Amino acid sequence: MSVLTNIKRKMFSEQATPYVLLLPAVIMILIVVLFPLIFSLYTSFTGYKLTRPDTLFKIVGFRNYVRIFSDWDFWVAFFRTVGFLAVVINLEFLLGLGIALLINKVTWGQRTMRTIMMFPMMFSPILVGFQFKFIFNDNVGILNNALQALGITDAAIPWLVDGWLAMGAIAFAEIWMSTSIFAILLLAGLFAMPKDPLEAAQVDGCNAWQTFRHITLPFLMPFAYIAMTIRSLDVARAYDVVDTMTGGGPAGRTELLWTLIARTGYDSANMGMANAMAYVSIILSIAFTYYFFSKLVAARRYMGGAQ
Amino acid sequence: MSTQTKSIISWVVTFIVMLIITTPGLWVILSGFRPLQEILAKPAIWIPQRLTLDNFRAIFGIGETQIAIPVLAYFRNSIIIATTSTAIAIIVGISGGYAFARYRFKFKDTLFLGLMLSRTVPGIALSLPVFIVWARLGWIDTQFGLILVYVALNVPFTIWLIDGFFRQIPKELAEAAEVDGCTRWQAFWKIEFPLAKSGIASAGIFAFLTSWNEFALASNLTRSTNSKTLPVGLTDFIAQFTTDWAGMCAMAFIIITPALILTFIVQKHLIAGLTFGGVKG
Repeated sequence: MSVLTNIKRKMFSEQATPYVLLLPAVIMILIVVLFPLIFSLYTSFTGYKLTRPDTLFKIVGFRNYVRIFSDWDFWVAFFRTVGFLAVVINLEFLLGLGIALLINKVTWGQRTMRTIMMFPMMFSPILVGFQFKFIFNDNVGILNNALQALGITDAAIPWLVDGWLAMGAIAFAEIWMSTSIFAILLLAGLFAMPKDPLEAAQVDGCNAWQTFRHITLPFLMPFAYIAMTIRSLDVARAYDVVDTMTGGGPAGRTELLWTLIARTGYDSANMGMANAMAYVSIILSIAFTYYFFSKLVAARRYMGGAQ
Repeated sequence: MSTQTKSIISWVVTFIVMLIITTPGLWVILSGFRPLQEILAKPAIWIPQRLTLDNFRAIFGIGETQIAIPVLAYFRNSIIIATTSTAIAIIVGISGGYAFARYRFKFKDTLFLGLMLSRTVPGIALSLPVFIVWARLGWIDTQFGLILVYVALNVPFTIWLIDGFFRQIPKELAEAAEVDGCTRWQAFWKIEFPLAKSGIASAGIFAFLTSWNEFALASNLTRSTNSKTLPVGLTDFIAQFTTDWAGMCAMAFIIITPALILTFIVQKHLIAGLTFGGVKG
């Protein structure tokens, strides 16, 4: 009995409380994320094939890693993914900045426009993929219908059939889906901006560009990095979009790292290899998030005192 | 350039931007109410001639035309899985968020970072090991299996948001209540929880939307009407020989409507949560 009360007292003592409160969260993450990830690290060193369960215990060392690093398809998908993210996130930032500045200027209907801007955020990535599959469809899509009705082209443009066009269509879908995160956060930044430095700059004779470049933009950067950090947390949402729009086709021209993982793991049942690729993608994700987060911390410090 | 032309230009650009944002979604929703023949017509019919609910009847299996896709079961699964996982994620999130907001303890930063990093793991990369483990435990194609995954997926973000909301409440309020004779637990329930309620609600809606919309994990961890959710069901249409655009659009409308309503309810909190949670760190 005394042991039990002792444990009880320990559980509810001031020092233990936060750990007890955090226990459910930690257990959840352990079961669903950490334990499976350790397991998948192990399988990435085996020749595990879904169709042959005994291969789970066939250790092959670094062979999966050696094989993917010497695999041309993997590198193509890898650099396509990195390039895709670089292009898409930068465009989202620029477009989001443009939209935020525009709405900040508009004096009437700001609230309505902010609401409209949230529209794409409600769409699940799978819906965004479907929506643009429908719009870019060469036969029934509204885009080709419009182009033909306007007489710009006679033939149907094969948006999702040609490799480069398909990649462009996917990038468009991705930008449509995520620009509003940037726009909303940057707009919030503009609203929060103190007016004094702007007026001081005007008094000192700065032109509009100088004021923007040296006062507005540095103030907005923390907000931009919040958006990028949030965005980088789920960059892999692009998987849903690509999977519905093209499925990685035509002939692997729109294959990103994530669709390649799914194909290797589930369609080819080659789990060991897929887990090795998955680890590369996890490190990529963490690197993206870490990069933007450290930028955010640095920008906050530069702003001084924003904690 | 005069100020007037400038303001006209900015109006025109704003209008075009708003058009690009809204048209694709509205077009899909509109197409859900149009007969398939009209969608497929060449040359295109721009102004809808006839609006109908036939597509919805068809996907829910009411009336003569039926589609071989059990949308009703998917809908039920989606509701059950999203609400249950949200409820659990919120309870876990309140408990964890409160710990981060109100206590100092060893490894606080490490724990916080670890939780957040767990969120960066791409769904598809996580799905591989979860698939193998769940298959061994017999959790593939069960609602329970998916609920568990979604709770873990939502917990980091709910903790982050709720932590931010608790921090905005001055510590002194609860301390004053304790001085007046409340226990810490009572102070939490009577003072801090009611103040953070709207923030917690928006964290809940966030969690619900994530579960409701998730695809990468659901598509690999579900097999049949036992646990398939609406987003996975949408791809059933693609697998068929002829793409039923009208049915898909109707289904898209069903998926988007709850998300639309919920997001409108929380949009104020959403922006506040994103901004302050992030800036004040």
